[in-house]
Amino acid sequence: MSANTAISPSQLSIKDLPWQIEWNKDRCTLCGQCCAVCPMQSLELGTFRKRTIKVPSGFKNKPENEHSIYYGIRQRTAPHQACVGCGTCSMVCPNDAILPMHSDEKDKLRYHVNLGGQPRTRGGRRNDNNSLLDQIKFIRISMLTDPALDSGRHEFDLRTLIGRIQSPMEGLATIKEHGWAPPVREIYPLMIGSMSFGALSPNMWEGLQMGVAYLNEELGMPVRMCTGEGGCPPRLLRSRFLKYVILQIASGYFGWDEIIHAIPQMKEDPCAIEIKYGQGAKPGDGGLLMWHKVNKLIAAIRGVPPGVSLPSPPTHQTQYSIEESVAKMIQSMSMAWGFRVPVYPKISATTTTNAVLNNLCRNPYAAGLAVDGEDGGTGAAYNVSMNHMGSPIASNIRDAYLTLCKIGMQNEVPLIAGGGIGKNGNLAANAASLIMLGASAVQIGKYAMQAAAGCVGSESDRCNVCNIGVCPKGITSQDPRIYRRLDPEKVAERLVELYVSFDMEMKKIFAPLGRSTSLPIGMSDALGIADKNAADRLAIKYVV
Amino acid sequence: MCRLFALTSSDPVSPMDAIRALDVMREGHDGSGVGLYLSDLGGPFESMKSSPILSGIFTEAGVQRLDAFMSGKGFTLKYDLAITPKGAMPTWTPKRERYIVRAYDIPGAWSGLSDEEKGLGYLKIRLELKHMGLAEEDITVFSFWPDTVMIKEIGDPLQVGEYLGLDRPEIKSRLILAQGRQNTNYAINLYACHPFFIEGLSTMTNGENTAFVPIRDYLMGQGVPGYEGYNSDSEVFTHILHFTIKKLGLPFEAYKHIITPLKDHEMKDHPDREYLSKLKQICRRLIIDGPNCVIGCLPDKSMFMVQDSKKLRPGVVGGRPGLYAFSSEICGLDLAIPDRDKAQDFQPMHLDSAIVGPDRQEIKVCRQTQPLALPN
Repeated sequence: MSANTAISPSQLSIKDLPWQIEWNKDRCTLCGQCCAVCPMQSLELGTFRKRTIKVPSGFKNKPENEHSIYYGIRQRTAPHQACVGCGTCSMVCPNDAILPMHSDEKDKLRYHVNLGGQPRTRGGRRNDNNSLLDQIKFIRISMLTDPALDSGRHEFDLRTLIGRIQSPMEGLATIKEHGWAPPVREIYPLMIGSMSFGALSPNMWEGLQMGVAYLNEELGMPVRMCTGEGGCPPRLLRSRFLKYVILQIASGYFGWDEIIHAIPQMKEDPCAIEIKYGQGAKPGDGGLLMWHKVNKLIAAIRGVPPGVSLPSPPTHQTQYSIEESVAKMIQSMSMAWGFRVPVYPKISATTTTNAVLNNLCRNPYAAGLAVDGEDGGTGAAYNVSMNHMGSPIASNIRDAYLTLCKIGMQNEVPLIAGGGIGKNGNLAANAASLIMLGASAVQIGKYAMQAAAGCVGSESDRCNVCNIGVCPKGITSQDPRIYRRLDPEKVAERLVELYVSFDMEMKKIFAPLGRSTSLPIGMSDALGIADKNAADRLAIKYVV
Repeated sequence: MCRLFALTSSDPVSPMDAIRALDVMREGHDGSGVGLYLSDLGGPFESMKSSPILSGIFTEAGVQRLDAFMSGKGFTLKYDLAITPKGAMPTWTPKRERYIVRAYDIPGAWSGLSDEEKGLGYLKIRLELKHMGLAEEDITVFSFWPDTVMIKEIGDPLQVGEYLGLDRPEIKSRLILAQGRQNTNYAINLYACHPFFIEGLSTMTNGENTAFVPIRDYLMGQGVPGYEGYNSDSEVFTHILHFTIKKLGLPFEAYKHIITPLKDHEMKDHPDREYLSKLKQICRRLIIDGPNCVIGCLPDKSMFMVQDSKKLRPGVVGGRPGLYAFSSEICGLDLAIPDRDKAQDFQPMHLDSAIVGPDRQEIKVCRQTQPLALPN
């Protein structure tokens, strides 16, 4: 840009961007792979003119200009092409000649991500690296008064129950009268949360499904995965693997035409039905699949025309009141499978969670409550929703559990906690904390993407472009040229590794606490935190 | 670790027999306290089996409040077993004003009540007295139940037994639970002292229930009178037994299936697999954890021992027809019943419930892999 050119308000310099590309001319081979692979098209091959002034010594000859041309990499600065720091350029560079570096000060791009009056949308999580769950420690160690267990040799029962658990009196009466008992599934307490076919690429979905099947059939770990709101591939609906799947219905009802029509041909019942009323990443807002990702396949499965954005309404259109319509929806879904499949709602963590829970307790068909905290991830949401809406999961799940205790229905409506579990890599510790605060199971999404498929998104706002279908790893893209990068077999392998190592870490936590015979749901006496207010709020020990 | 010793005898025996057996297991407890549960009483109580007996420790002011309270409820004092301490006070034992063991006549209005209604009435009176005492610290009450005496005190069991003069003909019973306390986890509080009692059931435990808090939270939410206190993690064992028998109407044999249910692979070929699987599911919140040996007495005067699911604590049952003992260690058993056939001694393992019935003729072993006899 020349010095006297007019500047538009949104004209940014490289310095104004969150990420600056450092390019090393000496090492670059000009192969162009970085430019080809950049999901944001932030890079272009540039032609650079260079003038060198040659000043000879002495006074005999005058200085001369030497003009030369060289080729290199140029970073684009238009807001929609700003580098997201994914680092794919450096991954493909044969000579390590390129690397995005984070700016040393707050970027100015943030003030210009609303061009055209469109607020920023993105994928990922709330951009906050802090985690209260990381601060919780396990402090009740079995020392001398009782023996610590051997995580490697003792037998541990880490499974949990999902479904409406009858009270002992109700259960015995049911046996006596040969009556109907609500369906209950015994599952692994780490569930793969709802990520839709559409939000995820076919390869990612297939990889996760293969991993889940292997965990169940080869390793005997009853891991379950939720479809999210995007339907389910027809072949899976009609396969025996459906029993490992939790089908989600949400306000857009995407894919449910296909599912309902497949019911007569189903060989197995699904594990459960999750009715999504809210999610932690964008509480009070509906699902969103942007047009970039709605290709023919996705459109066919969801029963919509291709190439249109699919925003689900914030709430179910039939919903009038929790007493009436939620109960009806739970009953309708139960009825569709002959009352053989647990049906539970999923909500965003909110100050009204307890009101929802109290109502579900009075509904004998409600099979649980999934609560998704503010740190939950998403494939697409408005930035403002992700960063500023919602409640933290820890106090929400604790309040819910203590409410169940108070009314004598502890674990009868299993609580499933989600949102930011393992966001800093501490998956087992975070999961165990939530279980000891009262969750019967936990759900992960983002962590599975990071560990099983190498998602590079972060809470420092790195990458997070899942929404526009350009995921450099092929995890959230519907473009075959991109998602073919992701090998489903490898995703499955990594998922299995994730679960096996998680299982070992859980034993490493539970064994010193002297717990092995059942999942220590609500074992709050084992928890401590060096924050008095948090300790009081969660009714756990304050330790310094 | 605590040490436990229990006797079931056709003829009434002195609690000192059990205390002496505790004393030989002295290496296993630190002598910080002793707890006794006596039932199927001999002596003067033999002739008043249906009269509720109050056991506790009171101050003089507490006794006055007790008298006013009981007469207000229409109970009249029938028999007062004076326990007068003698000799030197054992180390650590606090000076108490009154040890109370009193039998009462029930109010006339109660005569038409069923046993169940009377039982609930006794329970509520015990709780009222306990709550009165918690506020003023003048009343500590252990039991209020027919044919039941409980004595608890801080200090070395043998010294306390001698100090309280328990070697008296008036204090004899056919069932004795005795615990030598190891005061590890909780402040010295008599309500944390085993055995625990509720509505004719009593248990004591050698162990550490690591699943205590979730079980406590569950029991406290059930709205059952008496499910409170929980100064000790072992109190939940008594209440789970009570819940199993009194609230669920299940036989004692189901207790073990509730606290330590069979694992799936153990249940696979069980004739009652479907039932047990459902029982495990609906009673999952009552599954115990950690090392625990539980010895207890049932309302029908049976005595039992069960172990945790890994069998991490010692425990042995032995004796001869007419006299059996349940002991943490064999040395206690040897002292109490030296003339038994030691080859018949039985150490219950992780699936076993060992029971000696009121006839005291044999040790019955009920294994979880056996069919479960259920009421229709």
